[in-house]
Amino acid sequence: MTAITQEINNPKTSVTASALRDPDWLKYGLIAVALSFIFLFLCLPLGLVVFQALSKGFGAFLSALSQADTLAAMKLTLLTALVTVPLNTVFGIAAAWSITRFEFKGKSFLTTLIDLPFSVSPVISGVIFVLLFGMQGAFGEWLSDHDIKIIFAVPGIVLATLFVTFPFVARQLIPLMQEMGCEEEEAALSLGASGWQMFFQITLPNIKWALLYGVLLCNARAMGEFGAVSVVSGHIRGLTNTLPLHVEVSYNDYDVVGAFASASILASLAIVTLILKTLLEWKQGTR
Amino acid sequence: MSQSQIMPGFKPALGYTLVYLSLVVLIPLSTLVFNSFQLSWEDYVAIITHKRIIASFQVSFGSALIAAAVASFFGLVIAWVLVRYSFTGQKLSDALIDLPFALPTAVAGIVLATIFQPGGFLGNLLLEGFGIQVAFKPLGIVVALIFISIPFVVRTIEPVLLEFDTSMEEAAASMGASRLQIFTKIIFPNIFPALLTGFALSFARGVGEYGSVIFIAGNLPYVSEIVPLLIVTKLEQYDMEGATAIALTMLVISFAMLLVINLLQHWVRKRSGQ
Amino acid sequence: MSIVLSNISKKFGQFSALDHIDLEIPEGELVALLGPSGCGKTTLLRIIAGLERPDDGKVLLSGEDKTDHDVRKRGIGFVFQHYALFRHMTVFDNVAFGLRVKPTKTRPSEAIIRKNVHDLLNLVQLDWLHDRFPDQLSGGQRQRIALARALAVEPKVLLLDEPFGALDASVRKELRLWLRHLHNELNVTTIFVTHDQEEAMEVASQIVVLNHGKIEQKGTPTQIYDEPKNDFVSQFIGHTNVFHLENDGDTWLKGSSIVLDNTDGITAHVRPHHIGVEKLDENASSPISLKDWQHLGATIRLELTNDEFKGTAKVIYAEMPSDQFKQSRLKKGDKVALFIRQAHWFNLEKPHVPEAATNF
Repeated sequence: MTAITQEINNPKTSVTASALRDPDWLKYGLIAVALSFIFLFLCLPLGLVVFQALSKGFGAFLSALSQADTLAAMKLTLLTALVTVPLNTVFGIAAAWSITRFEFKGKSFLTTLIDLPFSVSPVISGVIFVLLFGMQGAFGEWLSDHDIKIIFAVPGIVLATLFVTFPFVARQLIPLMQEMGCEEEEAALSLGASGWQMFFQITLPNIKWALLYGVLLCNARAMGEFGAVSVVSGHIRGLTNTLPLHVEVSYNDYDVVGAFASASILASLAIVTLILKTLLEWKQGTR
Repeated sequence: MSQSQIMPGFKPALGYTLVYLSLVVLIPLSTLVFNSFQLSWEDYVAIITHKRIIASFQVSFGSALIAAAVASFFGLVIAWVLVRYSFTGQKLSDALIDLPFALPTAVAGIVLATIFQPGGFLGNLLLEGFGIQVAFKPLGIVVALIFISIPFVVRTIEPVLLEFDTSMEEAAASMGASRLQIFTKIIFPNIFPALLTGFALSFARGVGEYGSVIFIAGNLPYVSEIVPLLIVTKLEQYDMEGATAIALTMLVISFAMLLVINLLQHWVRKRSGQ
Repeated sequence: MSIVLSNISKKFGQFSALDHIDLEIPEGELVALLGPSGCGKTTLLRIIAGLERPDDGKVLLSGEDKTDHDVRKRGIGFVFQHYALFRHMTVFDNVAFGLRVKPTKTRPSEAIIRKNVHDLLNLVQLDWLHDRFPDQLSGGQRQRIALARALAVEPKVLLLDEPFGALDASVRKELRLWLRHLHNELNVTTIFVTHDQEEAMEVASQIVVLNHGKIEQKGTPTQIYDEPKNDFVSQFIGHTNVFHLENDGDTWLKGSSIVLDNTDGITAHVRPHHIGVEKLDENASSPISLKDWQHLGATIRLELTNDEFKGTAKVIYAEMPSDQFKQSRLKKGDKVALFIRQAHWFNLEKPHVPEAATNF
């Protein structure tokens, strides 16, 4: 048995093996290229965030983080995510349910429409809300008459974030639920379960990892969105600056430690996201 | 898989979907179209054909194209290495690929600018060693877009490589094909649709990218000014007409690209019998 | 519970899946819905279950019109083709599901649920697997758990969609008999869908043959086999040789009194075991010879060719018990004479059964 395996694995004795594996020089060359790329483009930037944030010592790092403006930016970022993620999650479930469980006209068109925000530049995603609610916008006059501020205020930030993170959850759920089919759900109904019993006891447990995955990606984008939010925010410090905007403002003020301290918070968020994402992929794979 | 007619909740789910979609996406997007109706065709053409705007379109599309091509090459190599070989740090490398997805673009922007600026780690190296300046030049835009694009390419090719039926390679080898022949005639045609998709996704994303680019680009009009930045500039000057016209043009081009991508994919799939 | 389907029609787009189906199933039967894929049999089963709504027609269960009642209120147990076991629940929880989702008023206590579930698991002989998850079971085990789960709600009708389709051949054989015995024990009206005629013959007490959304024939396995109503049923059930008299049939059957005297139709179907084969000596003038033969266990299948037959070399098949084959000393290439003991005629009203064998 071992003799046979050795023979197969040994390229010298097997005629076709050389055509099935890459030569060593190529293999190690490609690995070197890939790893250098990953190091230069991915590891180096991550390291640099930490390096720059701590370049003037840990004290400076902490004091940059505890500035009132930074704290306000963190709060606003959290608030935005807290509003947008649940809304888009509920939408994602409703959309996936209607698209994967029923036949109706215009279904594939609807699926395309849901993906639309992905193909719109973030800046344009902001512009459309300015056009709608800004001073010169369609509802601008009415809003200012009633003293409601949307643009250059928190509602605008939330709306723009809702738009850019719109497809994330639905996009994770639709292919999964399509592939799953509805046999288990039909089985639950045939055993007498009500609609909600079926949803909470059968559907939800089956989609939970994909759902969490979508929520995770949605949250990462909601907290990190820059372009769209930058257009509608007005950059009012302490009021309408989210953390990514605060990074920009600090950087443009040559406050390197401040900028990178805030950036390090966002980078940690990214790393946590990556770790959870890897865990979820593993969970989904072993389901 | 036939859809069941007895599943509960069709009307509320679809109703909610449509209302929410209209409120968050369709109505805001359509304002852009309606607003542009206020412009006459002549005004629109005058805005769009302004030299600075044409230059910015050239910068945006040109750099996105180059970046997508470079990212496709490296993405293919990385996907290949991650799927076909095993080495220490492979899992970590695989997880890191998604960093550009997860890292907020503003952070990516300031980090890349810091690395590639003339005093920066790589910036210094490239300037001293090769006389190449990256940051604050169009090349900087390309670098930022490569960073953004890499996960798109890797993540579209990876699953195809994973599912690739290696018995096809064995069959080819049994008929006497060399390694190079197997790659060019068997493997590459099978991953080409995915590569093309990755390229197109990168390109589409690169054209609209803002956050990671503006810090490293230098934003010099006619030279390194991208379209999204120009829209922001117009807005800041309260030039709503200008912003609307440029944004609409950009949107139409994006959608047209999306259509072309879909057709292209369809065509490639059909040709390669998948 | 008896089932009456009256005038059921169902279309998917332009495709007519079921075309004015009328069917009555008395209480306690074990019925097979048999037909080729796409014949509408699964759709019919789903309509009985209430998983699908007919475009037209009525479903009566125990005489009551249940057409508008959905699946939850029909009192049926449904076993899905791929079992649809809940992946995230143990075997026990799967079987208990139907009891646990009952409204509080009618829900049995947890102790009773536990007893019922274990009883059912014992019935399907798998109680020892109660804490496993579906992924840890074999196909045959999953099938039996799915059945136990469907039985837990004490259905008055048991519906099974291709119950053995996804199983290995050996497991399938075993489960077929098991299902038949289980039915004898429980005596619940049971309907199952299959495309496998052997399976239908072996398991069912009644077979309903469907094709293109219509019922071709309904009857006991014996009736279906011995008295097929039309050429579709005759060909679909068991093996048969088909002779079209206008073209090739007369070449084969030349000299046969079936052709010359008793043509009851334009197509004759002859089962292989209704053809007798006799060895002739080498100088005989018969155009028919033995091309090849295969050992099928108790019987031998003979491949026969006809020299006079021009064009593509058509072959007909005959079968004989292997003992008889041994005695006959038939070899490949031998000239033979055929005796047709029985034929079914189609395209005329009555199938014709000749009384004596015919020599030609």
